[in-house]
Amino acid sequence: MNFFSKLYYKLRKMWKAIQLYLVIAGPGIVVMVADNDAGGITTYAATGAKYGYHLIWFLLLLIPVAYYVQEMTVRLGAVTKRGHAEAIFDGFGAFWGWFSLVDLMLVDWLTLVTEFIGMTAALNIFGVPPWLTVTGVVLLMAIIVLNGRYWTWEKIALLFCALNLIYIPGAFMIHPSVADILKQGLIPNFAGGFNAQLFFFLMANIGTTIAPWMLFFQQSAVVDKGMQEKDIPWGKFDTLLGSALTVVVAIFIVIVTGTILNGVDIESAGQAAEQLMKTDRYVGTFMAIGLFDAGLLGAICISLASSWAFGEIFGWAHSLNQNIKQAPGFYASDFFTLITSGLVVLIPGAPLVLITLFVQVIAVTLLPAALVFLILLLNDRQAMGDYCNNTWQNVIGGFIVVTIVLLSSLYGISVMFPNLFQ
Amino acid sequence: MRASLKRLFRKIGEINQRYREPRIHMSRGVRAALLFLRVYLLFLVCLMAYKFVLLLS
Repeated sequence: MNFFSKLYYKLRKMWKAIQLYLVIAGPGIVVMVADNDAGGITTYAATGAKYGYHLIWFLLLLIPVAYYVQEMTVRLGAVTKRGHAEAIFDGFGAFWGWFSLVDLMLVDWLTLVTEFIGMTAALNIFGVPPWLTVTGVVLLMAIIVLNGRYWTWEKIALLFCALNLIYIPGAFMIHPSVADILKQGLIPNFAGGFNAQLFFFLMANIGTTIAPWMLFFQQSAVVDKGMQEKDIPWGKFDTLLGSALTVVVAIFIVIVTGTILNGVDIESAGQAAEQLMKTDRYVGTFMAIGLFDAGLLGAICISLASSWAFGEIFGWAHSLNQNIKQAPGFYASDFFTLITSGLVVLIPGAPLVLITLFVQVIAVTLLPAALVFLILLLNDRQAMGDYCNNTWQNVIGGFIVVTIVLLSSLYGISVMFPNLFQ
Repeated sequence: MRASLKRLFRKIGEINQRYREPRIHMSRGVRAALLFLRVYLLFLVCLMAYKFVLLLS
């Protein structure tokens, strides 16, 4: 009897913990899964096609990288109740504040264009014309965002996150060799030796793991959700789960393209989906649906990251808990970025490839600054109190930040000067 | 239009005034980090300008 009462007590406690987590879950998972946006899917598809399963171990290393960076935004948001843009303005003055805000606006807008490129390419496979995709996406976003409740928006976003897992059944359908995946993928190795091309792929994978908008988005989402200091452990768990999920999805994309398209040069995820269609119609369809979902999720989060940042600085009402009448500036900014970036894709002959490359270069100007500010803000004992970074957090965070800054800078430079590392 | 621009500039002025002084204590480490960022960004801007010139020529 005593055993059963103890078991009942433990199960009840566990169920309560799960319920509590479900209330707090959201920003971490959404930001991490949205990180697998159209550009990310292209990178992973190309990595799998080029190197097969050989870089899966490297993707696993990205779980702690993404986690340690993003968990700092959870603490900063929950303790200061300020978004990242406002924290930079307040902490480092107007010069660095404007630099970050304007750069964020530019990077977000350009990234949104790439999300629309991905979404139109994905639906084009099913015969949907680009104008219809852009119109449909903007209308869908309006329905999601304008409901006037953060909770509803978050749950819809989580639903799209679940759809991102479509690559997992897709991978099972092609029956890859588990023994090969374990043998080639989990033992660190550099297929074909460490050369310039491999280095480029490693940099591209790191570059897609941490993007500037993610820092701004998660911190603002934590504030908008109303998370408190006591919620930080669950917020961290949410971020860890999100980091693991995003890498798992990336690994399954690598498995799909590594199995079917091994040795094929992939330039876009749309092209990968088309190639997959020729081999297996269902897997190709899954790839296209996943690409559309990735672009949509990216667009939802990126447009909000900019609007939150502008709202914080210009003093507009900037919460998803407010309706369009209460927060007109916030929603106007959101839809302005969405509609203008969507229209670019519809311009005949628009330099879309150049825009895609330009995003990576501009992101390199913002990412180091945002990461350095993050570490400095987390060391501000006056604002952070007990949630200030300890020595180990600084060592780990500092190492990750230095590595990301170095590699993403090299990636940006290699995009500008493609022959530099050959 | 003119009135909107005027309001925008006034707002920007207010923001500049509000955040004129950085709140974070400018220790030697913070100063070094900010200096690194300035040098880094200058380097990137120079690289981009060089690339732009290359594209034009």
